[in-house]
Amino acid sequence: MSLLDYFRSSKKNTANTAKERLQIIVAHERRKRNSPDYLPQLERDILEVIRKYVDISPEQIAVSLEKRDDELSVLELNVTFPDDKR
Amino acid sequence: MAKIIVVTSGKGGVGKTTSSAAIGTGLALKGHKTVIIDFDIGLRNLDLIMGCERRVVYDFVNVINGEANLKQTLIKDKRIDNLFILPASQTRDKDALTKDGVERVLNELAKDFDFILCDSPAGIEAGAMMALYFADEAIVVTNPEVSSVRDSDRILGMLSSKSRRAEQGQDSIKEHLLLTRYNPERVEKGEMLSVDDVKEILSIDLVGVIPESQAVLNASNSGQPVILDKDSDAGQAYLDTVERLLGENVPFRFLTVEKKGLLKRIFGG
Ligand SMILES: Nc1ncnc2c1ncn2[C@@H]1O[C@H](COP(=O)(O)OP(=O)(O)OP(=O)(O)O)[C@@H](O)[C@H]1O
Ligand SMILES: [Mg+2]
Repeated sequence: MSLLDYFRSSKKNTANTAKERLQIIVAHERRKRNSPDYLPQLERDILEVIRKYVDISPEQIAVSLEKRDDELSVLELNVTFPDDKR
Repeated sequence: MAKIIVVTSGKGGVGKTTSSAAIGTGLALKGHKTVIIDFDIGLRNLDLIMGCERRVVYDFVNVINGEANLKQTLIKDKRIDNLFILPASQTRDKDALTKDGVERVLNELAKDFDFILCDSPAGIEAGAMMALYFADEAIVVTNPEVSSVRDSDRILGMLSSKSRRAEQGQDSIKEHLLLTRYNPERVEKGEMLSVDDVKEILSIDLVGVIPESQAVLNASNSGQPVILDKDSDAGQAYLDTVERLLGENVPFRFLTVEKKGLLKRIFGG
């Protein structure tokens, strides 16, 4: 990073922050729209179970159901643990 | 065959009515017989923006209830041939619009008009659903701002799942992005989402970019759709938008900060 870039980036570009946040939330909401109605409750249930062992927050868990073809759907569960809680 | 176009957004106050008035007027200017329907039951405003508020006798709900016919209710624009307005009712009964009733009115209008433009109320409730249900195309009005973009995406979800075309398994509604209140200066400073940012996030076709403009307020003050202000930036941007909507290939304008010429810099302006 050049010195010039440093000064440019130190002046906060809030438009970039907005774009990144929107990309994440829009992708999340689209996935949710295209998934079965029970998925949010399933996600909450899984969160509760994990919380019995590790203290995590809702944004650390992602559940999605991806339809591969007519016969197969894959339930994907992603949980990120913070470093100090492993 | 009439084309039904809904002007929608989810978020309130982003420029749906301003855009409906401008685009409807523009379509009529291009020779297409056009009616603009105010779907904002209880909050009639299209009449004010079109400058015909003193000529409202009957309204959309009267027609649905059979208390008046379309001929008595449609307001013919005094400036432009081929342009009509169907005003919203001021009733507080939010359920005054029924799907059957709306369908009947749209079918009758479709016999006579080329374009039926539906000015949607804000939100994602019954009123907004009714405005988009029968649409063939949708103009999704969006401001370059986080909550507006997010709400636009939710409306896109509705268009593809809750519309008649979706329910009957027909070809999906053709979606157009209309970015309004765009301020290139703030985009260059990194304070505002750019056209490309919004396009990338929503991933639908861009039909127009309307700059933030004093001309819009002037237009609404005087009840003249801004597209009739042919010297203004917003008026010209809406005219470009109408041409794109009609399938023409028009380059985008007003996306960058206008470089001030030497004279302007010296004398201001
Ligand atoms: N390009 C623009 N430049 C400046 N002001 C604008 C522009 N577009 C719209 N506005 C202003 O924004 C306000 C809201 O516009 P408008 O009534 O068209 O929004 P709306 O989406 O129809 O609102 P509602 O959701 O309440 O129906 C008005 O005061 C209008 O003058
Ligand atoms: Mg409005």
